[in-house]
Amino acid sequence: MSRVLVGVKRVIDYAVKIRVKPDKTGVVTEGVKHSMNPFDEIAIEEAVRMKEKKLADEVIAVSCGPAQAQETLRTALAMGADRGIHVEVSGAEYETLQPLHVSKILAKLAQEEKADIVFVGKQAIDDDCNQTAQMTASILDWPAGTFCSKIEHGQGELTITREVDGGLEVVKVKTPAVLSADLRLNEPRYATLPNIMKAKKKPIKKVTPKDLQVDTAARIEVVSVEDPPVRQAGSILPDVDALVGKLKEAGHV
Amino acid sequence: MFANCLKSARHNKFGSLARYESTLVIAEHNNETLTPITQAVLSAAKKIGGDITVLVAGTKCGPAAAALCKANGISKVLVAESDAFKGFTPESMTPLILATHKQFNFSHIMAGGSAFGKALIPRVAAKLDVSPVSDVINIKSSDTFVRPIYAGNALQTVKVKDSIKVVTVRGTSFEALPLEGGNAPTEPAPAGEYKSNLIEFIKQELSKSDRPELTSASVVVSGGRGLKSGDNFKLIYSLADKLNAAVGASRAAVDAGYVPNDMQVGQTGKIVAPDLYIAVGISGAIQHLAGMKDSKTIVAINKDPEAPIFQVADYGLVADLFKAVPELTDKL
Repeated sequence: MSRVLVGVKRVIDYAVKIRVKPDKTGVVTEGVKHSMNPFDEIAIEEAVRMKEKKLADEVIAVSCGPAQAQETLRTALAMGADRGIHVEVSGAEYETLQPLHVSKILAKLAQEEKADIVFVGKQAIDDDCNQTAQMTASILDWPAGTFCSKIEHGQGELTITREVDGGLEVVKVKTPAVLSADLRLNEPRYATLPNIMKAKKKPIKKVTPKDLQVDTAARIEVVSVEDPPVRQAGSILPDVDALVGKLKEAGHV
Repeated sequence: MFANCLKSARHNKFGSLARYESTLVIAEHNNETLTPITQAVLSAAKKIGGDITVLVAGTKCGPAAAALCKANGISKVLVAESDAFKGFTPESMTPLILATHKQFNFSHIMAGGSAFGKALIPRVAAKLDVSPVSDVINIKSSDTFVRPIYAGNALQTVKVKDSIKVVTVRGTSFEALPLEGGNAPTEPAPAGEYKSNLIEFIKQELSKSDRPELTSASVVVSGGRGLKSGDNFKLIYSLADKLNAAVGASRAAVDAGYVPNDMQVGQTGKIVAPDLYIAVGISGAIQHLAGMKDSKTIVAINKDPEAPIFQVADYGLVADLFKAVPELTDKL
């Protein structure tokens, strides 16, 4: 039996078309719909399924961020996590919070909470870093099962199918381990209304990086954030012949 | 140390970006051939300036090391051949890279932004206590990099304050460095006990295909949900064969089981930038566009005139793909 710590991040909803701020310091987040990072939903779902199969005793959801991160934690609790930890980081400190900092926080919490598995999504869809699982494992000196599409539980080990460039790869990792969820690991459930109500009573503990003795000093300075180059408008062609003509003209065929 | 500095300075006499830089490139290969993304990483390393050392680790390093020695402008190829590197697990590669860094003291450690590089590089960075930079598309100076965020809908320029810069490079954003004109020596990498007892590589199940590799193909034909079944994907394969193209897919096509996951193009799949990208039955969600919108020419075939894919397509055809694609294949 084991304890699973799941990292969840509040990000701008995946369907939103983001806008870059005119002063090029970042993207507009005020008044924009946010939700749980889609890969983290998959991580929570998998952890809850482990509990349902009696492979885990307890699922703890962790989120680093400003006060609104609690909404994301409540979503995780409504999906079946037992309790939450909100690592409060806001303002300028949150602007420059990097996967390295989050990894140190998760590693510290994994030790404090005696977790056997730390689970995160393979990447956050805002910074697109794809670093946190790997770095958390590195700090803890645990193995990492990254980009998981299937997890089989054994005695003190997990057999993991990973999504790699040419297809799939199978590795066996010893527990404790850090895992990152790929899209095809599972289909996350919707939280039902009774579960959303129940989640309001589940405990969320508040801590700060300082409490955990994690230094969040900025290692990377964001010089600017800009719009990508805009593609020139194309044309709608009347038929296949016109398309063949255009492709020939451009030397593609 | 002083000799090293002199050497670097000489190297950079005409370089404007930086001085006294030395870069370690982690080669990606499969024990038989070098993976093309490594050549893109070498080009990126050249932009930084200074010495370039390439590390080849694996159970069989001969072919990759021999190919790399011919690359122009690299100073040496370090070879670590051992059963410890079976499956190229980050758990075994990381201590090797740390030992190599300890010996040579690099300013930059780089690898490609592939599944291999993404799994490995952050593990190395955390051990060095530095913040890595993922999927760099441009190098402005030795410490300033450009990378896409929000599925490529914004470009972020970052300045790394850490003394060692640990980065992954987007393969499609840098020209492949030709493997010719050079004659770099090979040397053994620092010896050590690198086998990890934390992880065991069991097997790979790779998709077999005679078509060009997706991320480096000059033409890509991709299918989406509009294909309606895995069987119908043969329309895409026929068109691709006519064009000597690689075949890609949208997430919808992969989730529906039409094709395997390694064909997915997008934010969380592969990033491609071919000369010609033909999107068939793909609506063009933000997440798909992230993987293909740097293609030189984009063609979209979709029956829905409102599909977002038409906003990025150079040539659009509003038509039923089941009629248009066979017709196109015939007429090419």
